[in-house]
Amino acid sequence: MAKETQITEDRLDALREEAARTGKLQHEGIVPVASPFPKAISATSYNGNPVLKAPTWTWQVPLYFFVGGVAGISAVIALVTHVSGNVGLMRVALWIALAGALISPPLLIADLGRPARFLNMLRVFKLRSAMSIGAWTLVGFSSAAALAVACHELSLGGYGNGALILLEWLAEIFAAFSGLILASYTSVLLGMTAIPVWSENRRLVPAVFLTGALGSAAAMLELLGFLIPATQFIGIVTSTIETIIAIIIEWRDRYVDRPLREGAAGWLTRAGSAVAGPTSLLLRIFWSHSPGARYIAALCFVAGALIARYAWIAAGRVSSRDPQALFQIQRPERRAATVT
Amino acid sequence: MAVSAFLTDATLCIGCKACEVACKEWNHIPADGFTFTANSYDNTNNLGASTWRHVLFLEQPTPLGPQVTGTEDPFRWIFLSDVCKHCANAGCLEACPTGAIIRTEVGSVYVQPDVCNGCGYCVVSCPFGVVDKNHEVGTAFKCTFCYDRQREGLMPACAKACPTQSIRFGEINDLRQQAQIRVEQLKQRGYSDARIYDPQETSVGGTHALFVILGEPEAYNFPPSPEVPTIHMKSAWSAALISALAVLLVVGLAFAL
Repeated sequence: MAKETQITEDRLDALREEAARTGKLQHEGIVPVASPFPKAISATSYNGNPVLKAPTWTWQVPLYFFVGGVAGISAVIALVTHVSGNVGLMRVALWIALAGALISPPLLIADLGRPARFLNMLRVFKLRSAMSIGAWTLVGFSSAAALAVACHELSLGGYGNGALILLEWLAEIFAAFSGLILASYTSVLLGMTAIPVWSENRRLVPAVFLTGALGSAAAMLELLGFLIPATQFIGIVTSTIETIIAIIIEWRDRYVDRPLREGAAGWLTRAGSAVAGPTSLLLRIFWSHSPGARYIAALCFVAGALIARYAWIAAGRVSSRDPQALFQIQRPERRAATVT
Repeated sequence: MAVSAFLTDATLCIGCKACEVACKEWNHIPADGFTFTANSYDNTNNLGASTWRHVLFLEQPTPLGPQVTGTEDPFRWIFLSDVCKHCANAGCLEACPTGAIIRTEVGSVYVQPDVCNGCGYCVVSCPFGVVDKNHEVGTAFKCTFCYDRQREGLMPACAKACPTQSIRFGEINDLRQQAQIRVEQLKQRGYSDARIYDPQETSVGGTHALFVILGEPEAYNFPPSPEVPTIHMKSAWSAALISALAVLLVVGLAFAL
């Protein structure tokens, strides 16, 4: 058959003549280069093209997820340490919260393109849009953190009075409350999308993001010299949870989680988990008395949590390109038939 | 104003792409560039920020209804002009934090270009993968349902340009009825896999762009049962609440010890 499929003018003329004479072709036609072409059938989607659109966010957005999380949880730590009377630690935690609050808007603006666009977020408030909740939370949190720091510094500078102390407490409570929302809304935002790996992990991502934020906030305090039992405790708890989450993702072995286990995004996820999870945990358990080991453990956790933010966005990008991940969620009865 | 809709019929489309061209011309959409995909006659591939009508070319190893092709392998070539579905419950509209995406008086979903700030949340919230961000302009674009034309009593440019009435424009209930009649006709003529694509039974709640297709929706990259992502609002926020309470507990324990 191969000799008949040579693309020549003679061959084409012969085919035309035959078609004109008999009304149909008995012989094979021409086999084009790169054939057979992908077929648009239900098992493969439309030529294997993506159904969904990939996330458009720039590299600043995962960084903002991290910074916002650390700032938010630092405000929680500030409130709790204020209650428990550790004012030295509380002051540092407040400043971390404020620093995060100041870095966050420029990161978001960098993604949007120009500063005025951020103001569009504040035209409306929509409970059904996690992005809207987040924008308003960031504004409220930044204001509260700035107010709390201002009140605290004024009190330290000798301008303290009853009203100022009350105002500081109110600002700290508001900052801690909005800080929890700030650290968690980004995970809800991912869970409430059409991207399969995010929406199917909507119950897991909040745990990932809040664990990362809590551990990183405590690690920041350690890196600033607070090598106290409290930060060690938080470090051990969070890196244990990081390890457990990594095991869950590997052990469930779901098709939709493939971007978290395979390819560049998968290895990024694993790298983040390995550094923030077991590495940090073992350092804390076996070298608990060595300040150097604790600094390294803290650095590991911060790095791991930061990598994890990038890994989840990268996994979403991979997941958006895989029509099968989407189809299998929507037609679970066909899962067995289409998994390859 | 009546609630309007498209009815796009794969069995009438001839793949001429007049709708793509008319859409681009009327709406002044930039070109997509020249790419050769080798996917039949489709070199556009997807709907996007600069493609609001997209003609699909499906080459399938299946006979076309009762047709006899005279070749050994069964074969059919289907064309269909895809478009924004203008969902009754639209993921993009729910997600939009600026209020740029609105529901118009004709029932369509419209992105106000002067309000959109390019946050990109609608892009990942569309269950059909329609809306996208134009990276040069920095904001999101999709089919406007020719809102400007409809306000003046004109039909959308694509429907106007369609030479075979594969794209019909009209009142949504009329078109739903027409779609039903068309599918029954097709089935009587031996197109046994003709069906309507209009996901009314899922949380999307039906669309303002109905389709008559042959075969499974997946082959057209239509999600078989699309859901608006806000149905996950409760489960996602409750997971966040539980995690937040756990954070409070751990911090409390750490500094009380």
